[in-house]
Amino acid sequence: MPGHFEPLPGGGAAVALDDVEISIIRSLTVQLLELIGPGPAEDASADPLAELFAEGPSEPPADPVLRRLFPDAYGDPEANPGPKEAEEQRAHSAEFRRYTENDLRAGKRENALAVIRTLDALTSAAGDSGAVLKLSPAESRQWLSALNDLRLAIGSRLEISDEDDTDLLYRLPDEDPRKPMVMAYLWLGGLQETLVSTLMP
Amino acid sequence: MGSVTSPAPLEIERTESAEEVFAVPEPDVPWVTIVHNDPVNLMSYVTYVFQSYFGYTKDKATKLMLDVHHKGRAVVSSGSREEMERDVQAMHGYGLWATLQQDRK
Repeated sequence: MPGHFEPLPGGGAAVALDDVEISIIRSLTVQLLELIGPGPAEDASADPLAELFAEGPSEPPADPVLRRLFPDAYGDPEANPGPKEAEEQRAHSAEFRRYTENDLRAGKRENALAVIRTLDALTSAAGDSGAVLKLSPAESRQWLSALNDLRLAIGSRLEISDEDDTDLLYRLPDEDPRKPMVMAYLWLGGLQETLVSTLMP
Repeated sequence: MGSVTSPAPLEIERTESAEEVFAVPEPDVPWVTIVHNDPVNLMSYVTYVFQSYFGYTKDKATKLMLDVHHKGRAVVSSGSREEMERDVQAMHGYGLWATLQQDRK
């Protein structure tokens, strides 16, 4: 069934994808990889030992997509803290970021690379007519996370910040410049929804 | 004359209560991981993450997901600060919006 993952007997999942769909997922994933990048700290040195001990950034990313992918760990979004408490939360978030953001970036990169790897294996095997993508359980989990990151990234670019925004997207006129991105967002949502159902314990 | 001296003790009392607000929280008060609502993450995916990362039953994971969805947030785990930082990092890895804080209730 096009656009829908189905469980494989013995574990894993399969979906039929045509060439256009493959190239859309691949190109969005490449863009996500470029955005996540190696992280601000790692390009400081080519020395692998220095890289091993490199600390991550302490400031939140400037890009709204990256800020959504790597949010502050301390601070209640609904609270209104005093200046002293807010400063304390900023300091704790900065420290958390230094020790976690590079690992988080690496994890998201690995998932995105797994998507590209499985798609490229598929296109080189199947020629030009589209094919059925078959994922192992481990690859399914990587795809699931990558699809979620892609939807977070697109959702952030489309400025979806509450449920009403999502409802509005369904009713965009065809000539709206956001329409293609909205179609991709909704389609990826369907892929993710059916993939998660194959993985439910 | 009595009315002249009365403001002084009042002011001292106010300073004391202001200090209490900023008092350092007790170290043995547990920390909690809070997951916040966002309109992008699918309800099924959030339930899946609670089941597979925390090992919660489908019922418990679904209840927490619905709390996130309807109340805007849910406490999904509690423990030491180090444990909660680990949970928050894992939630960020899954793409869920999570924070940790000391449970003051």
